[in-house]
Amino acid sequence: MLNFLKILATPEFFFSIIRISAPIIFATLAAIVVEKAGFANIGLEGLMMFSALSGSLVSYYAGSWFWGFLAALATGVLMSLVMGFFAFRLKTDIILVGIAINMMGSGGTLFLCKVITNLTEGKAMASTTGLITKSLCIPDIKIPLIDKIPFLGAVLSGHNLLTYLAFLFCLLTSIMLYKTSLGLNIRSVGENPDAASSVGVSVQKIKYIAMAFSGLMSGFGGAFMSMAYAQGWSQDMVSGRGFIALAAQAMGGGECLGGMLSAVVFGFAQALGIKFSAVGLDSNLASPIPYAVTIIGLVVFAVVRNNRVKKQHSAAALMKTAGKQEA
Amino acid sequence: MPDGNAVANETFVVQMKSITKVYPNGVAANQGVDFNLRKGEIHALMGENGAGKSTLMKMLFGLEQPTSGEIIVNGEKLELTSPSVAIAHGIGMVHQHFMLVPSLSVAENMVLGMVPKKSGLFIDRAKAIEITRQYSEKFNLHVEPEAKVMDIPVGMKQKVEILKALVRGAKILIMDEPTAVLTSQETAELFVELKHLKDEGYTIVFISHKLNEIMEITDRLTIMRNGRSMGVYNTREVTKEQISRLMVGRDVVLSVQKDRAVPGDTVLRVRDLEYVNEWGKKMLDKVSFDVRKGEILGIAGVEGNGQKELVDMLFNFNVPNSGAATVNGTSILGLPQQKIRELGVSLVPEDRMLYGIAAGASIEENVISDRASDKRLNNGPLFNMKAIHEESDRLIREFTVLCKSRSQHVGMLSGGNIQKVVVAREFSNNPALILADQPTRGIDVGATEFIRKKLVELSRSGIAVLLVSADLNEVMELSDSLIVMHNGRIAAYFDDTSGLTDEIMGEYMLGLKQQSDAEVRRVCHD
Repeated sequence: MLNFLKILATPEFFFSIIRISAPIIFATLAAIVVEKAGFANIGLEGLMMFSALSGSLVSYYAGSWFWGFLAALATGVLMSLVMGFFAFRLKTDIILVGIAINMMGSGGTLFLCKVITNLTEGKAMASTTGLITKSLCIPDIKIPLIDKIPFLGAVLSGHNLLTYLAFLFCLLTSIMLYKTSLGLNIRSVGENPDAASSVGVSVQKIKYIAMAFSGLMSGFGGAFMSMAYAQGWSQDMVSGRGFIALAAQAMGGGECLGGMLSAVVFGFAQALGIKFSAVGLDSNLASPIPYAVTIIGLVVFAVVRNNRVKKQHSAAALMKTAGKQEA
Repeated sequence: MPDGNAVANETFVVQMKSITKVYPNGVAANQGVDFNLRKGEIHALMGENGAGKSTLMKMLFGLEQPTSGEIIVNGEKLELTSPSVAIAHGIGMVHQHFMLVPSLSVAENMVLGMVPKKSGLFIDRAKAIEITRQYSEKFNLHVEPEAKVMDIPVGMKQKVEILKALVRGAKILIMDEPTAVLTSQETAELFVELKHLKDEGYTIVFISHKLNEIMEITDRLTIMRNGRSMGVYNTREVTKEQISRLMVGRDVVLSVQKDRAVPGDTVLRVRDLEYVNEWGKKMLDKVSFDVRKGEILGIAGVEGNGQKELVDMLFNFNVPNSGAATVNGTSILGLPQQKIRELGVSLVPEDRMLYGIAAGASIEENVISDRASDKRLNNGPLFNMKAIHEESDRLIREFTVLCKSRSQHVGMLSGGNIQKVVVAREFSNNPALILADQPTRGIDVGATEFIRKKLVELSRSGIAVLLVSADLNEVMELSDSLIVMHNGRIAAYFDDTSGLTDEIMGEYMLGLKQQSDAEVRRVCHD
């Protein structure tokens, strides 16, 4: 047991928590913004799958990670707008649209991958399981000065560009939501669409913008998966991060800081799962850890919130009796 | 026809000429309606529910477009395709259901859609607050710019709505039943403010069916009935009785006759009910009372003071943090609604469209929905359609539901008839206790009178009635005894309603006064 703790108390372990959290953070921000706009996008998983595939393919063909990265973002945004078109314009239930995108994200990406790679480049690039092994990677960044600090340097420096962006976006998204008129419009549309439209805010437009934002974030997440986390694309490689993000959004109380912390908790759980299997724990036991943590996390969140309500309750009662005694 | 438009060739700020509105489903909401506004007047638009007054005003505010007819504002013929167009031409509307975002501050609500910015990107909060202050002072409408809308009282929310219209340059204000949610004090305050606006040259449309208010504040009035205008009158030249006749086409008895109650045993017993809502606000604070056989206990109070939460607890739409509630000795808290109904509890819910009916189902299906498993209506596993038809026809007759047939969809009926379908079901299943939550809200005078009479009749036959109503006249007139709720507490209990006045009620409703615990405790008859 002590040995095992020693393994955990290494900079590599903390480094991996941050690394694993990044795509969850992107997806969590996507979930937060659409929730503020008054709806749920459960298709994050599928959007990330498509972005991951297009990033991987384009970087390969263009010979540049940058074009692949842009393609991943564009794919996320375009597909989210298509979702928006179905949900807001054609009035399809948005949950059904999300399910459709997720199913396409699983089977459709594999199909596309096989069609595209087999038709043009031959079978060299894609194996029979649809695995792309050659995508170019988004560069890692060494932070000067910080990487000289013992322990902390090894934890914080040398991450992928997108990892840093993920944490930066938490701040930027929070500013967008609370300090700009776009954010004000998003929040008002989510809370009382009639009020928003009665003062000339276009509810449809705002919903499309929120949707596109979730697509953009999924694009970042997808690009991270195929061009940073793994050096290639494989079927179902997002493996539930889009859903975990929905839980992180709820656990974080729908706010950016809370969402980020929740995402890191899930990142920790996944890193732990990986470590467990690395030290020889049966993978069938190790792989459920992240999901168990999800459930435990939600329970803890609910208990904490209930306690807070109870506390306020008794505080209010106290103030009332205090007031009476004064009078 | 007597006409308030005495001046020839007068120019109006608004002229709506022979407006007709036919909805795609063939319902003609307005037929050839003429409506005009003089600059600087307060003009009442009156009529029963479904008379077409809301439709007419929605067209003036650009929410809907007329099928034919024209709208002229300040001499210019307009196509009002959206509220933005109406706002651009100086028309503002204060909706009955406030168009506010609860979690935003007053100032943020004020500037929503026209946010002042700094550095071209960020919200300029200081500027928004300043704008709010400036308008608040200019028009003498006191609001707190930095408070969140969910924390301010209803009266202030309404002021925010008025200011919102003014800050967007409205010169013509449409007010849709503005006093429906206000206490008498707040109403008096509103009237002072409206008169002030009128003196400043603003034109106000006042939609209402409260006769006293119309007589007090308006200069002219337009009466609508069945989608047609019944004429324009100078307010001081008509009497309440005349208006009432024009509105409903007959003299409405505005008071209900009732014998003295002879209360029996306690049916509903509520003790120390407490509830804190999800935002940590205490909505019910040690609420205790009894409702006895054969009496109507009224609950008065400004909306949002715990009445809704109380009814939710009694019908298990929600569970309190602590306390007890029993019907004839059996606890009902947390009990499935089917079981609560089996104890003889009936509910006339506040939101009839959501909880009272299934709009897409027939009248028949709606009235038997609580007794579908009744042996009399079934032959083994199948419905006994003959018995069901008989039962529903009987109820439609007894409750005078105006409809084509029992198989008509409830959603197609008028508000008053929908409510009659609800009470037909809720009053006819041998209830021991009726929870009547805003039973006549927003329905026409005829249906209102019918439902009130039924409530009195049922209570005199030995049923316990708990009547929750924001309509002060209604609670004061129907109740045998009365409690007033304020801030989740019982502020007052009156065992006799005969000597009560609006002023006394208002003081308790607004929390200016509070009876002692001992006085309030008298409502517990043990």
